[in-house]
Amino acid sequence: MDSLISLHNVSAGYEPNQAVLRNINLDIKQNDFIGIIGPNGGGKSTLLKVILGLLPIQKGKLNYAWKNNKHYIGYLPQSNEIDTKFPIKVSEVVLSGIMGSKSYFGKYSKSDKNKANELLDKLGLTEYKNNTIGELSGGQRQRAFLGRAIINKPSVLILDEPNTYVDKHFEGELYNMLSELNKEMAILLVSHDIGTISPIIKTIACVNEELHYHNSNKISEKVLSTYKCPIELVAHGHVPHRVLNQH
Amino acid sequence: MLEFFELFQYKFFTNALLAGLLTSILAGIIGTYIVSRRIVFISGGITHASFGGIGIAYFLGLNPFLGAAVFAVFSALGIEWSAQKAKVREDSAIAILWSLGMAIGIIFVFMTPGYTPNLMGFLFGNILTVTTTDIIVTAIFALIIIAANILFFRPILYTAFDENYASTTGLNVKLIKYSMAVAVALAIVLSIRIAGIILVLSLFTIPQAASMLITKDYKKIIFWSILFGFIGIIAGLSASYFMDIPSGATIIFALISIWIMIRAVIFIKDKLNLK
Repeated sequence: MDSLISLHNVSAGYEPNQAVLRNINLDIKQNDFIGIIGPNGGGKSTLLKVILGLLPIQKGKLNYAWKNNKHYIGYLPQSNEIDTKFPIKVSEVVLSGIMGSKSYFGKYSKSDKNKANELLDKLGLTEYKNNTIGELSGGQRQRAFLGRAIINKPSVLILDEPNTYVDKHFEGELYNMLSELNKEMAILLVSHDIGTISPIIKTIACVNEELHYHNSNKISEKVLSTYKCPIELVAHGHVPHRVLNQH
Repeated sequence: MLEFFELFQYKFFTNALLAGLLTSILAGIIGTYIVSRRIVFISGGITHASFGGIGIAYFLGLNPFLGAAVFAVFSALGIEWSAQKAKVREDSAIAILWSLGMAIGIIFVFMTPGYTPNLMGFLFGNILTVTTTDIIVTAIFALIIIAANILFFRPILYTAFDENYASTTGLNVKLIKYSMAVAVALAIVLSIRIAGIILVLSLFTIPQAASMLITKDYKKIIFWSILFGFIGIIAGLSASYFMDIPSGATIIFALISIWIMIRAVIFIKDKLNLK
């Protein structure tokens, strides 16, 4: 199957000669659900920026399966990257996800608005649609940004720590929704909490300067150590608990 | 009251009113962008840097506002550029630009032979010196800004809100940001006559602060800001005329009074609702 996005020996970073990511190889195919894990500062967010075209690559090749490479990707940024006091309405945030398929004049049709309303309903945000994002709780805000990311039915959905601030109740719903969406689009999910996401992801990419691809959603401390991927494992169960090494 | 209406017989006063209306429109639109994007300090830097252009233009015998516009546009583009490329802390870069512009201005004004009567006007503003040419230039610019902000409302809004996301949807974020930087610089320079370099930024921020007390919607903030700005300018202008105080200062007081009044109304309303 052809790749939607492929990275071949890609190096990238913010300063010349100081690569944060080295020789990254990754193929994103249809219906992939890749969990991206790795230590803080290991380059997870940098990898997303490269894939999104926000950070130019220093070496290697980055290919998209489409020509005008932009609006085929839906993106949910990390929650701290957004100014939550900005005076913008929830409905407008969700609609802004359609912008890519619109002209610069950005007039929305009735069907666009209906689509947004349906989505807001699905996300449980209908009663807040005329509120500004600053008036929402952290979890509600994440839902609004998820709406923005998926309204245009992208080929690839990229989520950077979507479960931050999300309440436990919605977290389950979020994962159900992602599983459902995965039938139509490839998903890349960055998380520091591998235990919680492991049931829904299909494969794992561990990013720590380099990228190690693990073709399964099962992962152990042993696998992690061979990948030089020092992160904490949190097991999934009725009561989340930390898995410790033998002691 | 009769005295107030007699003012309209004077050309300088009707000019001032027209300039006030145009400025409140400009400041309403551009100020909402400035406040929403949290670039008030950047705008302060641009404003003060423009004094360098005024000084040099004086020295060369050119139109000071042309000099101010050139300096303002270049510093706005420079700041927008350095925020992306250079390895300077943004606030430090702004402070350097801010003081450098003022220093250049002072040096050239002092080197200019003869008396420079309008210097006070540049620093503190004098709306009564607005000429018909000023009004025509401001009107043309205001029309461009209104048209651009209606046509490209959403690209501008989305870029201001979340430029990374806007960029992933295929918008030319750089073009939008640089165009808006130029618009901010020119809007500020065109408003210097009214409030002066030292006070002009308040025209772009106080009406917005007052508007944000009653609405959190970007579009509505623009409309309320234009209204509050215009009321403040008329009230300040009249006070300036009757009390013989520089108009810049009285306008700022009028604008802040509006903010306080709205705040007080909300406070009383909240108290009543609690009971």
